[in-house]
Amino acid sequence: MLDKNGIAKRIAQEVEDGYYVNLGIGIPTLVANYVRDDISVEFQSENGILGMGPFPIEGEEDADLINAGKQTITALPGASFFDSATSFAMIRGKHVDLTILGAMEVSENGDIANWKIPGKMVKGMGGAMDLVASAENIIVAMMHTNRAGKSKLLKRCSLPLTGVGCVKKIVTNLAVLEVTEDGFLLLERAPGVTVDEIKAATDGRLIIKGEVLEMSV
Amino acid sequence: MLRPFLFYPVYNRYFSNKIINDKMIRKTVTNVTEALAGVQDGMTFMLGGFGLCGIPENAISELVRLGVKDITCISNNAGVDDFGLGLLLHQHQIKKMVSSYVGENDEFERQMLSGELEVELTPQGTLAEKCRAAQAGFPAFYTPAGYGTEVAEGKEVREFNGKMHILEEAFKADFSFVKAWKGDAAGNLIFKGTARNFNPCMCGGATITVAEVEELVPEGELDPNEIHIPGIFVQRIFQGKDYEKRIEQRTVRQK
Repeated sequence: MLDKNGIAKRIAQEVEDGYYVNLGIGIPTLVANYVRDDISVEFQSENGILGMGPFPIEGEEDADLINAGKQTITALPGASFFDSATSFAMIRGKHVDLTILGAMEVSENGDIANWKIPGKMVKGMGGAMDLVASAENIIVAMMHTNRAGKSKLLKRCSLPLTGVGCVKKIVTNLAVLEVTEDGFLLLERAPGVTVDEIKAATDGRLIIKGEVLEMSV
Repeated sequence: MLRPFLFYPVYNRYFSNKIINDKMIRKTVTNVTEALAGVQDGMTFMLGGFGLCGIPENAISELVRLGVKDITCISNNAGVDDFGLGLLLHQHQIKKMVSSYVGENDEFERQMLSGELEVELTPQGTLAEKCRAAQAGFPAFYTPAGYGTEVAEGKEVREFNGKMHILEEAFKADFSFVKAWKGDAAGNLIFKGTARNFNPCMCGGATITVAEVEELVPEGELDPNEIHIPGIFVQRIFQGKDYEKRIEQRTVRQK
């Protein structure tokens, strides 16, 4: 089974040379730590920076330089700053190659819910609705089940949706899955996890074709 | 001043020193109280900033002091419990918030869930574009963001190139309160880092745009090539003071 860093590590393998990548809050943010050194990638944060660098060295924090998670960051050589309308022009205009975000629920047809639990919790959608509506390459990073042990990979989402039919790939603590027309296609197992365990933790339709290999992380 | 030979006669006629001076007087106000003259109960305001980054701190303090009530605030976030727009929420001055993210503001979430506060949650890119549309004179635009979700309820839907879009209308506001790094007496603005965010989009989107700046300089001191927002979008500008610039999530790494 993978921990949060393990999920981030596996997703980092999906990042290709020359990509502009938008990372959501939470596990997705960790992906930046595991991207190979020999490829050139630029991270976009939708509050207005392209070429986001690591956290600053203590004492060099700048209140005017944060990411979408409101964390202090740095700007790498070649970085640029821009306003919010321009930022979402990059996203809506499909100039960003890969979007990685978290989710509360994903359905077998690629719907995603991640912004509201009616009557209990409302975080707001932030930029997630714009991202999932426009991005062509979306990977969801999340735990396979919620804290109550219930599956987050469902036939249909029970929570208010963030976007419809948009998720392509999901990396969880148990598996890598692809959203296909027929349901969740199981691509890889996390180390030490059996296909039966993944079956038991998945509510939506799970497709298993031949032998499912263990992922290398 | 630049005086291109070709346009010299025209320059002479339209750009006499007197006119330049009048223009200066029109934009620069001496303090935040003057800058917010005309603000009333029930008005709609746009406020720049993302989280606490680039928020118009001086204008918010003045709104708290004035105690205006039943206001609608268009702002990506609503500050934190004890800073930014959180101060106005705490005083129950806000009737309605138009935002994309409630996030870690407990009082915002509490007032919203209890129904004390009306909240129109809007996708961030749509929020930015509704500001920009107001600035640019577009009454509405189509976006794919929010199609098939609660956000699309009651909105016109239309297909373009095989993809569904919803119609979103430009904001209408009485005042825009923005914060810039540098500005001049002509109202030209330059922003710093990610404190830029919604601020430029909100300039010129309301009847009156008020810009507060960390450094106000005379006309001619800013390089025209470096200006992010031309002064035409700004009606009042003033030298801000006592910026706290709070950091929400101080994250660092070891050397």
